[in-house]
Amino acid sequence: MSERQPPTPSQTTGPYFGIALTPDGANELVARGTPGSLLVWGTLRDSAGDPVREGMLEIWQADREGRYPESDSGFTGFGRCHADDDGRFEFRTVKPGGVPGPDGTMQAPHLNVAVYGAGLLKPVRTRVYFSDEEDANAADPVLSGVDQTRRRLLIAGVEGDQVRFDIKLQGDDETPFFDV
Amino acid sequence: MRDDATGRPAGYHKDHHLSDPPWLYPDLRATRLRAPSRPLVSLTHTLSEVTGPVFSHNTVRGHESDLTAQHDGPPIGQRIILSGRVRDGDGKPLPNALLEIWQANSAGRYTHKWDTYEAPVDPNFSGVGRCLTDSEGRYEFVTIKPGPYPFGNHFNAWRPAHIHFSLFGRAFVTRLVTQMYFPGDPLLDHDPVFNSIPDPKARRRLVCDFDLDATVADWANAYRFDIVLRGREATPMED
Repeated sequence: MSERQPPTPSQTTGPYFGIALTPDGANELVARGTPGSLLVWGTLRDSAGDPVREGMLEIWQADREGRYPESDSGFTGFGRCHADDDGRFEFRTVKPGGVPGPDGTMQAPHLNVAVYGAGLLKPVRTRVYFSDEEDANAADPVLSGVDQTRRRLLIAGVEGDQVRFDIKLQGDDETPFFDV
Repeated sequence: MRDDATGRPAGYHKDHHLSDPPWLYPDLRATRLRAPSRPLVSLTHTLSEVTGPVFSHNTVRGHESDLTAQHDGPPIGQRIILSGRVRDGDGKPLPNALLEIWQANSAGRYTHKWDTYEAPVDPNFSGVGRCLTDSEGRYEFVTIKPGPYPFGNHFNAWRPAHIHFSLFGRAFVTRLVTQMYFPGDPLLDHDPVFNSIPDPKARRRLVCDFDLDATVADWANAYRFDIVLRGREATPMED
């Protein structure tokens, strides 16, 4: 076996990634009007509470049955959104099913999130859980690893077809970020 | 790749921590209010981490890799062929990896509405390209060498010439967004983005090499930039 190669280091996206990475529609995983579709939205803020307009979110998620897509036709499970001037982002998608966790456990429905942008030399990684999945959330092996007082920061508020998830990069109510 | 008997998928090495810059690098002003301050929550990789979006020629077209052929005329600047290989940490080539690049034009100006640098916009250059690696992990772009440009980090701050790269490997956790620099650029020593990487050897891996063999006589210079994404830990069971 050849000697292990260290990975190529990360660098910031800078502020101008929008010309390449976030064309219109990149944040729509399903078409508007798809039955059962949700609008997952929130704001991206820094430690001063100011919106981060030079920020981008990526989400990766399973389909409704809890399967991760293996092709780029149909539901791809992947979306991107450039924050707007108010730091707001939104994704039109469906709620994923639960996916298998370690040791025969099930993970609660969740979106995997990576946040990039100017001032982020490497992405931060978090997860969006859903407030209407109380039992599944209580049994989720990843959520259980988060300090109890901070778990609420990973649970998005579900109201009808609106799902609210705010991200704070630093300071009070800083979003829990994972070492992946 | 096979999971072990417990249903735990083989995770990816976390050796990127040895190469990557920190979140907080005070010399780069924008990190001060945006770097997370709490310890990261440890996470053993699950299906959610070891899977990732798949791309094919359904979404990526061949012509997207030539940034000099997207308009009526050729862009102004030094034409270059930029190629390399994408591998994982074990040296295995990664086929069908999506690369997305963006860059300033030869005068150092982006086609972005927020870019207010007083340098000309080139109507024949958008500065955006994509391609998929071939079966041996190879990629190739044709573009022009970007110019350096000033930025507001501190008085008289200049970014060295660079091209932004975004890559997808096989898993969401092997995503990489980085910047490639050019050899011999005197601005590298003064750039807080480049120098945020603590290890000089890791920094050096972001500088491409002049590639004489890939130049085309009477047409283009060439540079080579190889990329390594995180590799997977050994699987316990394989038939």
